Amino acid sequence: MEEVDVEPAVTNIPAASDGKHLGFAWGPGDILVYETLYKASNAKGSCSSFINEVRKDEDIYSPILRKLFNESHHIFVGLQTIREDLPSKNKKPQFVSISKNYRSVIRACMEELQQVAVSTKDAEIATQYGNQVSILLAIELIWNLCEVLFIDAAPAGSLLLHLLDWVRLHKSDVDEKAREVLQSESPAEHHDYWDVVLSYVLQGRLEEARQMLVKQATLQPAARNMYKLMDTLLSKMPFYNPGGTQTLTDFDVKWRHWHDEVNRCLQDNSFASNQHLEILCKILVGDEDTLLDHKDLLSTWYHFLVTRLLFCHPTVKPTELHYYAQSCMTMFLDLRSVPEPLDNILLAAFEFDIHQVIKDCSIALNNWWFVAHLTDLLDHCKLLQSHNLHFGSNLREFLLLEYASGLFTHHSLWQLAVDYFDHCPEFGRVYLELQIERVPLDTERKALKVLRICEQRQMSEQVRSICKIMAMRALRNNRLGSALSWSIRAKDAAFATLISERFLQDYCTRGTFSDLDLIDNLGSAMLLSDRLTFLGKYREFHKLYGEKRFSKAAKLLLSLMTAKIAPRSFWMTLLTDALPLLEQKQVIFSADQTHELMFCLEELTSSLNASDKPPQDEDIELTKVELLRLALARNLAMAIIKEGTVEA
Amino acid sequence: MENINAKYVSQKISKTRWRLVSQSSLQQPDIFATGSWDNEVNKISFWSIGNHGSSDMDDGFERDPQLLCEYKHDGDVLDLQFLDQDRIVTTSSTGAVTIFRHHQNSQTISVSQRWPRAHHYPCDNAPCTGVVCSSPEIVTVGEDGKIIILRADQEGVIRVIENADSSTIHAVTYLRTTEILTVNSIGQLKLWDFRQQSNAPSQILSLSGDRVPLHCVDRHPNQQHIVATGGQDGMLCVWDVRQGSTPFSIMEAHSAEMWEVHFHPTNPDHLFTCSEDGSLLHWETSTHSDMPSFLQGGRNNSMTSRSAMAPAGGNQSLINAWLSGDSSKGRLETTHMLPSQTLSVNSLDVLGQCLVCGTDGEAIFVNRQVPV
Repeated sequence: MEEVDVEPAVTNIPAASDGKHLGFAWGPGDILVYETLYKASNAKGSCSSFINEVRKDEDIYSPILRKLFNESHHIFVGLQTIREDLPSKNKKPQFVSISKNYRSVIRACMEELQQVAVSTKDAEIATQYGNQVSILLAIELIWNLCEVLFIDAAPAGSLLLHLLDWVRLHKSDVDEKAREVLQSESPAEHHDYWDVVLSYVLQGRLEEARQMLVKQATLQPAARNMYKLMDTLLSKMPFYNPGGTQTLTDFDVKWRHWHDEVNRCLQDNSFASNQHLEILCKILVGDEDTLLDHKDLLSTWYHFLVTRLLFCHPTVKPTELHYYAQSCMTMFLDLRSVPEPLDNILLAAFEFDIHQVIKDCSIALNNWWFVAHLTDLLDHCKLLQSHNLHFGSNLREFLLLEYASGLFTHHSLWQLAVDYFDHCPEFGRVYLELQIERVPLDTERKALKVLRICEQRQMSEQVRSICKIMAMRALRNNRLGSALSWSIRAKDAAFATLISERFLQDYCTRGTFSDLDLIDNLGSAMLLSDRLTFLGKYREFHKLYGEKRFSKAAKLLLSLMTAKIAPRSFWMTLLTDALPLLEQKQVIFSADQTHELMFCLEELTSSLNASDKPPQDEDIELTKVELLRLALARNLAMAIIKEGTVEA
Repeated sequence: MENINAKYVSQKISKTRWRLVSQSSLQQPDIFATGSWDNEVNKISFWSIGNHGSSDMDDGFERDPQLLCEYKHDGDVLDLQFLDQDRIVTTSSTGAVTIFRHHQNSQTISVSQRWPRAHHYPCDNAPCTGVVCSSPEIVTVGEDGKIIILRADQEGVIRVIENADSSTIHAVTYLRTTEILTVNSIGQLKLWDFRQQSNAPSQILSLSGDRVPLHCVDRHPNQQHIVATGGQDGMLCVWDVRQGSTPFSIMEAHSAEMWEVHFHPTNPDHLFTCSEDGSLLHWETSTHSDMPSFLQGGRNNSMTSRSAMAPAGGNQSLINAWLSGDSSKGRLETTHMLPSQTLSVNSLDVLGQCLVCGTDGEAIFVNRQVPV
């Protein structure tokens, strides 16, 4: 067995006291835990009568996160339909836009959670939602970085621009602070003024920094030249333009030139008289100590990393990133003891170790949503090919199956899981087959929806089983018509036979058919089982008889017996039905038909002889047979006379 | 599709209905109700699309529907109908029929009348699948094959037709004030005349031999003999209940169960259908000439042979566009109204220029500019 990466979390079962033995049963997403009766032979004490349900993934029960699941399901399905044969050049923009769609869904969800967390009066809910917001924030941060590094795979030059965007997006408290400063009476004297200017510069938002500086410059006419110089430096800082004609080498030369200029200004103490501008200048040359002095403004090591790259190595190549990342992290975190999981995940991303990212996320996060969707997207980008698991099929499928199984345990979200299973080529179908049969069916409408899922995927075994469940339920409630409809839909001959028997029994006891609207409209469904055919045909006989189309009725009745459609046990009823036809004034059964009827009767009586019915029933039976024989003989006589007469 | 506004609501929506607007005013509807299904706790909810006041403020920019109030509903909401401006009737998978009152001043909901086990088996629940009402009368149908008549102002049950159907009745609609039409799971339409005391249908119509279950039915708003149904195979059938016992025309509409069909209440040349396959279709039929239909009606009246054959009644001799022929000649146009999605569209309602629908993807779509 492999070693575990982290110690598993302990969940305390509230109802179980110390020293008690727990039993458990696995479910697809949950575990049922119960206290067992196991105890020392004469120890007394009652056993807890509770069964506890332990859920692995609490998030799917959050009403707001449900929106995330539903919206991302839509994006997921869209991603699966991107055609395989497109050249990869055309696919990349699509993948990037899908990745952005996922992120915008996360953001929308986050905003809503934030709103609720703020507006709620319940402190517990507020913390719970607050926690979810911070989890989503982390998820979005990681996803965005993965998008820049893996999916978009920006080359040197544009890489830094993307990373800057990434930092700006996730460190947006600057804007809030800036708004506060600008709305104050005299912004330049606000105590946060320089923080805002520095933060702008640290994020490379030089235009905004310049606009802020203008406000200070007007207040200090004496230092005008100094501010002007700073403004020139800021305005001249070159940024790479990936769409332009400029090559990376050209840019590099230009940037070095600017860097030297800034350095010169620092050397000849141009800003010595103004402490704030001096610091700004030091930041512009990328002075590490000055940067580290402003940890509170950077707040994270990856902000530090991006700022350092901006002012020291703007043409950083993707392959060099890990070196800078590692060193920045060490420099930034030296006071803190251990890096947190998020730090390690981001570092792994900078090291382009996709599998480590996914693995660490799986461990650190409490839901499968993120890893499943990210891995799926990365797999579509063909970034995960080389990796094989020693269990299951591959990483993508494994994670999708975990996520979908979790969804399937939810009373309502199970429908979403179906599409995820569909896109797991190796085990998806097996999972779906096992799960779909276990969906509780309260109404026929739900059953129809489940059936549609099965039928679309040719899961005939499950179709049969669901129809059988519904048929059994209908039968239990004495709804024979519904039960028959369900067994016809399942093409379940055995069950159709059983229900047909019930119909016939009902007829024998009551003398009338129930559910005529159904039996009269069986059509070709009648052929499903012999007994059902008989039921339909027998009803047809009654209809013909009712319509006084006697000869047709007689012919049908006889054929039911001679073609062996009617069960032997029902022959006596059929023969009794023939009695009124035999007693009609005109001849209905021909001589040949009467012979056949007689033959049927004899066959029946000879097989009945061995029966052990009570004598009373026997008497009735005997009388019936006598009556039949008499009627048959009389009819035969009449038929012979009539047929003879016609011939003459 | 650009006019469509989607809102995710964290519950699978089984029914959506616009609140009625008074017929005299030409107002667009602004409030709709939804019912959820398959949740641990199901709800009925009232939403506002806020047409009042805000329209001049932010033209072009449409607000999301806003939740006004919601109320716990026992069991899945299987059907939903407004009884009047304030009251709504729901039917439940538990067999219960409930009238809720929406208090618009306080934006709260209360139960005003409830029949807990209107539909039931001796020892089990029988889901109540459909309801139709014409205040104060309420007619419900269920999986138990019963038709039950209730009155909003009376506690008891007015009338029960036991064994009205041997299979499940999926939907019901009024034909006239005393006549209803039901569709069942073996492809039959049954007409019931309440003036008769017998518990047998006055007429049965069916698809020949196929036994395809029918899930929804709607009556043409002006011509009571024209009825549209949708079935399990996604086919749209238009029937003339006066003539023949088979559908007048059959059109391929969806690739899975059609859950609802609705004629546009004021412009019945337009029809809307939604389905398990995740699509919502807008059907538009146009008569051959550009003449308005009232003029065509006049022309037909002058044809003595036709009016002699047609049953008495003013507007009945008017040739209806839905009965005037087959779709193959291109007089019938269909448009998809939703962006592609895979999960079922369970319900739709259309009133004026507004359309609302709800899906298993837990989204409500509202379109305020339906081209009718």
